[in-house]
Amino acid sequence: MSEPFEPKIVAFVCTYCTYAGADLAGTSRLKYPPNVRIVRLPCTGRISPMFILKAFQKGADGVLVSGCHPGDCHFDHGNYHARRRWTAFNALLQFTGVPEERVKFSWISAAEGIKFAELIESITEEIRTAGPFEQYHKLIAETGSAASV
Amino acid sequence: MAKIGVFVCHCGENIAAKVDCTKLVAAMESHPGVAIAHEYKYFCSEPGQESIKKAVTGHGLTGVIVAACSPRMHEATFRTACAEAGLNPYLCEIANIREQCSWVHSDGEQATRKAIEITRSLVEKVKRNNELQPIEVPVTRRALVIGGGIAGIQAALDIANAGGDVVLVEREASLGGHMAQLSETFPTLDCSQCIMTPRMVEAARHPKIRLLTYSEIEKVEGFIGNFNVTVRQKARYVDMNLCTGCGECIIKCPAKKISGEFDCGLANRTAIYTPFAQAVPNKPVIDSGHCIYFKNGKCKACQRVCPTGAINFDMEDELVELEIGAIVVATGFQVQNTALYGEYGYGRYPDVLTGLQFERLASASGPTGGKIQRPSDGKEPETIVFIQCAGSRDPSKGIPYCSKICCMYTAKHAMLYHHKNHDGNSRIFYMDIRAAGKGYDEFTRRAIEEDGAGYVRGRVSKLWQENGKLMVRGADTLLGRPVEVAADMVVLATAMVPQSDSKELGKTLGIGYDEYGFFNEAHLKLRPVETATAGIFLAGACQSPKDIPDSVAQASACASKVLALFSREKLEREPVIAQNNEATCSGCWGCVLACPYNAIEKKDLTDRAGNLIRRVASVNAGLCQGCGTCVTFCRSNSIDLAGFTEKQIFAEVMGL
Repeated sequence: MSEPFEPKIVAFVCTYCTYAGADLAGTSRLKYPPNVRIVRLPCTGRISPMFILKAFQKGADGVLVSGCHPGDCHFDHGNYHARRRWTAFNALLQFTGVPEERVKFSWISAAEGIKFAELIESITEEIRTAGPFEQYHKLIAETGSAASV
Repeated sequence: MAKIGVFVCHCGENIAAKVDCTKLVAAMESHPGVAIAHEYKYFCSEPGQESIKKAVTGHGLTGVIVAACSPRMHEATFRTACAEAGLNPYLCEIANIREQCSWVHSDGEQATRKAIEITRSLVEKVKRNNELQPIEVPVTRRALVIGGGIAGIQAALDIANAGGDVVLVEREASLGGHMAQLSETFPTLDCSQCIMTPRMVEAARHPKIRLLTYSEIEKVEGFIGNFNVTVRQKARYVDMNLCTGCGECIIKCPAKKISGEFDCGLANRTAIYTPFAQAVPNKPVIDSGHCIYFKNGKCKACQRVCPTGAINFDMEDELVELEIGAIVVATGFQVQNTALYGEYGYGRYPDVLTGLQFERLASASGPTGGKIQRPSDGKEPETIVFIQCAGSRDPSKGIPYCSKICCMYTAKHAMLYHHKNHDGNSRIFYMDIRAAGKGYDEFTRRAIEEDGAGYVRGRVSKLWQENGKLMVRGADTLLGRPVEVAADMVVLATAMVPQSDSKELGKTLGIGYDEYGFFNEAHLKLRPVETATAGIFLAGACQSPKDIPDSVAQASACASKVLALFSREKLEREPVIAQNNEATCSGCWGCVLACPYNAIEKKDLTDRAGNLIRRVASVNAGLCQGCGTCVTFCRSNSIDLAGFTEKQIFAEVMGL
């Protein structure tokens, strides 16, 4: 039997809420799967759809976008922009055939270390079940569009 | 050519026990652009920082990665070290391999692989970092203190006595907060009024303090040193300049049966009232919700008797605009909703009280003049049962935390009761006695040894009324048997909870709060009075349950932080702000719509003759807070965020 598939997940998070929540998971010594890589940004409003595509291009099997709860944004309403952008972009992704479970969106506050650990646990499991994102990776390989940055 | 230095910290065993640091160093050494990679036990220590500085100068590094704890912990430390070695601090980045790697994964091999990826991706990012210069902003030397309890008063006085201007905002009609309601204070048994009221008067009379009572925070904009705050001064219907505080109106007011908040419902007040006799300012306010005139348009008895014509029924809320440099939040706590404990019969039996109600009974300024009497029939109770942790340390009620003050005030209550009624019998049901503090353990011992407080270790399961007595059934876990006490009065040590609207205030201020609604400090141990939002500080029980000494200490700490801020001519702000490329900007104004701070202006580009060529976006560096929302909106890829540029993030992702 071959080795079980371990997905690669990239999380784009804001520094004020979700990054702090992930830190809290650490200081609380919670355990979650090591499949997630966190990219820290000032605000979810900074997260461009291009980042998500870039992550898939690099070989990610799933992407998470997470920030402050509605109303709690350190920058007043950056997270609302992020949510609207994600809704539109996700619809576009689905239209082009990217399955829904590949891109996740969530709100995790600086106090929610447990929620962060549980979310990573569940996303990893979901993506593991869905399998590698061959579809996209193959497309990139064929079209050769994995241009350097 | 990039020359990046990678410094892998063991953090004692915290990182090294899981992540193979030597392997991480080896992986980094062979990574393109990395000039040197070192490991050390504690890079945050003096020799650790020195070794980074030496490497920066010795190898002529163009960028530094410290793979260590969270950047929220030591980014500033390592950036300062780099700056001291002559490297622009914004060319230093932190790879978080502790909180987000070694502490959360149990498999060493996987953790090492992850640490390599995290560090590698940041090496790729830092290669594309630019030198940035801090932005200077002016400081308004005026502090806003929210909350006029002991914490707020202490902070306001400390700042004002050092020469800073203070605006003290209190939402009730008088200063004082909870401390003004207390009878005596532990562990010295000082009369609370005697030590509190002089402070209230001092704050009100201080030439540097502007007092806004009966006022609430409406809106907060801006940033450290430059906040614009709108305060809603609620209509008192009493002209403060004309009123002399004679109290004639209060005597004549016909609406007399309103449950008084200050006495926790143990006494009634009128519709025009001062919250308590020692109120500051000692001038009444009309409660329009209960006033007969406001309800049915007739009465105005107060207006008729007022000798100075101070009553004005047409008064409206006023909005006060303030320019503020720093904000101290001292909004305190409230007593937990007792409805959570149906089995203790609060509300059903009039002689079941909260700790705060007992304070009012024991207080010389209280409804009974300090006599401990049953609310139901006015009799002196022969036996009082105190139930500690009535709410606190109970996850099933949603309050797993300890309220910190209840062990002490219950011991105090038993003492006060014994002092006033020598034959009285007190029984205290407790889980543990937590009396950590100067003179605290001695105090509880005194309650037991000198004042006959009978401690029973165990919980109360049921409470009912029988033959005019309150029957309390519980367990004595030390004797291992059930106990039943016939009591005349029961006092519940209810939990301290945040103000019911603390989350709304947190949102208005843009500061974080925990799952209960207590405000979050920037770092629990090292930055306990600061919030994650620069220029906003926390004092007292709004951060976590606290007693008076802790609240006062924290308030003074806030004052010192505020004064340190005010001692500077100008502030330096992180240069993480948006920058626009005017050559490619198409003037679509997507960024203007996106910006939460109105920091993007329209700028005219003209030729030499002054003719308009086109209009482009221009970022106001003073207003921009660096969220980067505009960058994502930009259609022509013209705006970018310094420190988090498109190039940097793409490189970081591709490095993973």
